[in-house]
Amino acid sequence: MCITCGCGTDSAHIVTEGHHNHDHGHNHDHNHDHHHHEHGHTHSHHQDVNGRLITLEKDILHENALLAARNRGYLDAKKIFAINMVSSPGSGKTMLLERTLTELKNKIDFSVIEGDQNTSLDADRIRETGTKAVQINTGKGCHLDAHMVLHAIQELDPPERSILFIENVGNLVCPSMFDLGENERVVIFSVTEGDDKPIKYPDMFHTSGVCVINKTDLLPYVSFNVETAMENAKKINPELTFFTTSCTTGEGLDEWYHWLRTKIHKPVAG
Amino acid sequence: MHEITVVANIIEIAENEARKAGALSISEIELEIGKLSCIEKTAFDFAWKHGIRNTLLEHAKRITHDIPGKAKCKTCKQVFEIAELFDPCPHCGNYFSEILEGNELKIRSLRIKESTNL
Repeated sequence: MCITCGCGTDSAHIVTEGHHNHDHGHNHDHNHDHHHHEHGHTHSHHQDVNGRLITLEKDILHENALLAARNRGYLDAKKIFAINMVSSPGSGKTMLLERTLTELKNKIDFSVIEGDQNTSLDADRIRETGTKAVQINTGKGCHLDAHMVLHAIQELDPPERSILFIENVGNLVCPSMFDLGENERVVIFSVTEGDDKPIKYPDMFHTSGVCVINKTDLLPYVSFNVETAMENAKKINPELTFFTTSCTTGEGLDEWYHWLRTKIHKPVAG
Repeated sequence: MHEITVVANIIEIAENEARKAGALSISEIELEIGKLSCIEKTAFDFAWKHGIRNTLLEHAKRITHDIPGKAKCKTCKQVFEIAELFDPCPHCGNYFSEILEGNELKIRSLRIKESTNL
């Protein structure tokens, strides 16, 4: 049982450098006597025929929303700008981070939460750049949730006025439903994935504020039209901000870096 | 397969609420699932079937209300039914719209069997 948030049902591991800690592994065996009910609904108004009605009107993801709000409050208070990076596997999220961290680390303080089902390979890659990173292994889980991120932030202790990247599990479906408490959600897709990707996976594009079209150096080799891709994405979310980048040639990265620099909270003058 | 997480959350909320009310089992659960809420029905049914085993919901009747998508066009202000997030406004053809309904993911009510009902 986690003292901070009363959790006990999570099975994610948070991995700092070299060792596992904060293991939430937990068995949840319930043995109840079950009664077989008659489901003949006569709709008589005697409540005891089918039992007593409890009206809940409760959001199923309520718990996640509360923890996300808690994360957001903590990050806001420390003036940390948190970016939830979402994409399908292999879009180049980690490489975009590697380049960004390497080229901006003397100008901006960064820290990184890496989400993957298994291994700490991505966190190791991030640490190679000299940036502090923790790895969350979700096991069979297909997305990060606010609870995992809460503990990762505790472990990471990001500095004030910094940028926190949260690299979500490579999955263009499930992570869209889970608010982590981030300030911005950035969806990345690469030109090898096809310009119809946004309308095939609309939810992620609908909940993101920024869209990065990556691996543009491969455009000569694939039938991908950048304009079509942007039009498709705008049908779902007309307010998206776009960047087109290649982490191999560096094309388009200056615009991305400029955007990141605008997100740093400046110290109050005086 | 976020449907598994959603089912796990439903079970947790329902069991907590039912226990607080002194229930021995839940005979009925009423859910609201919006058609734009990114729940895939077959995946949800599969997760439900396996998730509720050995829980208070094991024998519960599930009533699911599918809530159709409703949006308001930000350009012409008309309200219209929306089946997909990328549907344009049928009145002016614009894509700028605000989702009003269809994102629901809610437990509306539970019907419980209490010890006195045995």
